[in-house]
Amino acid sequence: MYRIVTKKELNPTVIQMEIEAPLVAKKAQPGQFIILRVDADGERIPLTVAGCNPKEGTVKIIFQVVGATTERLRHKEAGDSIEDFVGPLGVATHTDGIEKVCIIGGGVGCAIAMPVAQKFHALGASVTSITGFRSKDLVILEEEFQACSRKNILMTDDGTYGRKGNVTIPLKEMLDAGERFDMIIAIGPLIMMKFVVETARPFGIPVTVSMNPIMIDGTGMCGGCRLTLTRNGEKIVRFACVDGPDFNGYEVDFDEAMSRGRMYSDFERHAYEDTCNLFKKTGEGA
Amino acid sequence: MPVNPKKHEMPTQAPEVRARNFQEVALGYTKEVAVEEAKRCLNCKNKPCVEGCPVNIDIPAFIARMKEEDFEGAYQIITKTSSLPAVCGRVCPQETQCECKCTLGIRFEPVGIGRLERFAADWHNAHAEEAAKRPASNGHKVAIVGSGPSGLTCAGDLAKKGYEVTVYEALHTAGGVLVYGIPEFRLPKAIVSKEVDTLKSLGVSVETNIVVGKTITVDELFEMGYEAVFIGSGAGLPGFMGIPGESLKGVYSANEFLTRSNLMKAYREHPDTPIMKGGKVAVVGGGNVAMDAARTALRLGAEEVSIVYRRSMEELPARKEEVEHAQEEGIRFLLLNNPVEILGYQNPEDPRDPKNGFVKGMRCIKMELGEPDEKGRRRPIPIPGSEFEMEVDTVIMSIGTSPNPLIKNTTEGLEVNRRGGIIVNEDGLTSREAVYAGGDAVTGAATVISAMGAGKTAAKAIDAYLTGK
Repeated sequence: MYRIVTKKELNPTVIQMEIEAPLVAKKAQPGQFIILRVDADGERIPLTVAGCNPKEGTVKIIFQVVGATTERLRHKEAGDSIEDFVGPLGVATHTDGIEKVCIIGGGVGCAIAMPVAQKFHALGASVTSITGFRSKDLVILEEEFQACSRKNILMTDDGTYGRKGNVTIPLKEMLDAGERFDMIIAIGPLIMMKFVVETARPFGIPVTVSMNPIMIDGTGMCGGCRLTLTRNGEKIVRFACVDGPDFNGYEVDFDEAMSRGRMYSDFERHAYEDTCNLFKKTGEGA
Repeated sequence: MPVNPKKHEMPTQAPEVRARNFQEVALGYTKEVAVEEAKRCLNCKNKPCVEGCPVNIDIPAFIARMKEEDFEGAYQIITKTSSLPAVCGRVCPQETQCECKCTLGIRFEPVGIGRLERFAADWHNAHAEEAAKRPASNGHKVAIVGSGPSGLTCAGDLAKKGYEVTVYEALHTAGGVLVYGIPEFRLPKAIVSKEVDTLKSLGVSVETNIVVGKTITVDELFEMGYEAVFIGSGAGLPGFMGIPGESLKGVYSANEFLTRSNLMKAYREHPDTPIMKGGKVAVVGGGNVAMDAARTALRLGAEEVSIVYRRSMEELPARKEEVEHAQEEGIRFLLLNNPVEILGYQNPEDPRDPKNGFVKGMRCIKMELGEPDEKGRRRPIPIPGSEFEMEVDTVIMSIGTSPNPLIKNTTEGLEVNRRGGIIVNEDGLTSREAVYAGGDAVTGAATVISAMGAGKTAAKAIDAYLTGK
């Protein structure tokens, strides 16, 4: 069992927890992920590491409540425990030779983008960050991004906070104005990452994207997380759990990844509704 | 008294019943039948069966006890050399090992050694009151990577000699392929956990949720005080054919399909982990894993399940018994066929149609057998112009796996072969001092018992190495 040490609501559907997992805390690097199970017989879900404290032996995760498992996790409190917590899995984000980086986070993807930005900042790189949210009440980690970025641009889809529009608008403005980066790192919804790639393409700037496909074991055994990449004109298959989760954005088949991500959407919606109803009932009974 | 020329039949659930449930297919001998079957053993002098067993169980000796109804005594003889008797009695390919060497088998059917082993193990598990005793520690610490058949065997053998053994498992449950791969109806999970419990009472400690190569490296294990390490990390990455359409929704590797059903219990009524059920299912491949996947799909409620294999029945690598069971249950065998493309649904009118991107069919080509290849198996050759389409909703690729790279990538000086298998000598020693390996991590996909044999060899070598140090 793995104890939840702290719990904090970052916005109504995004929650931050620190979990006691000393071995993982000692090793985890920005860009890597963990897999957890909330309780026995629960499903295994991957979550990218949002930070860790090797001294305290804790790993920070930030998750959005999107389904049955995250709904159950939301109902756990500091002091409670979860069944399983394994990691760090995947390959850490590459930082070598990158002096000027643009980090783009979308929604809860900002939770993963933040430690990456912090790491570049700590290495002395120049960090420009662009974060995007649907609306003001969903904004997270604004101060953290400000603290580690030379320039920090916040966007909301509805214009209720920061600038109105999506993250590719300021990116395109900067690139049009002649600004250049050694690397753009985009972490967020697949559609956002796809459009970041399209925005950067005419300027020939490398883009790294962080993929979060459906997976089970996270060690390369099941192959469920496979992605199709196009490299030198040839299609190749890679596993996000062992080869990723970071990939060259120009190589990724986003449309296929989006389609595969919806494989169980019916099942997931029903499971989520059932779980919510269950918690409502227990709430009423109490 | 003349010898009964036939093995006593193994009672099974009726095919039409078992095809819709996940309970064990083979029900096991009764006491009376077990004794009768044991009496068929000639107790011959040269004991060729022992040679045929990768872990060299003293087969005539345990059978002799069974003739006298001393089932616990029989179990004690088996467990001297085998750490997982209840597992082996169920999943070993006895027909190509001990039983094919049986002297009785020259004229008649061989003794049902596997069935007797299973009976003795089940008898012990049902009747033994005391847990196995923990031997006195010899003060040496050994780490085992992976809790599958090779790791558990190595752990058991070392623990019996007094070593302090810790087994590290990446998943949340111990057992490796016995838990995630082999289905409940062939090997009930309760049996695996019972065998693991026996090892625990021998003093073996099992740490789940530790990915060696990620959470801890092999070098760190030595820093933690382990004097030797055995790597039994199993087969890793599933193979795909490299044909168009393999990323469509509804295409699984056998590993994924079986893991969802077995480890994650997707076969239950309200599972947390989803799996595609029902419809028409094609399983590509002809090994035991393919049979397991096909029979699992059937039990999950598929209306039709087909094995698609590019050679003929004669070359089919799965155990004969499993093939027969599958046939009885109604699995179709489409032999001498090879998929060339998996076809997906795409609504030309509506790009948001939820059915878009799901499998709707598979295009195959008919094959004929040509000259034997270097392994002596006749090479399948496509017949030009023979392509045809079959309607399917789910495709399960069961064409093998390649070893997992996580440990190789983080262990300096650990040599692997071209296919990624860890290179070992005849003792299971790798290119690194005090690091041993065995099972699928070395050989690529093979059998439970050959992995157990490798675990046993390595345990012996580790003992010799540490006592000689």
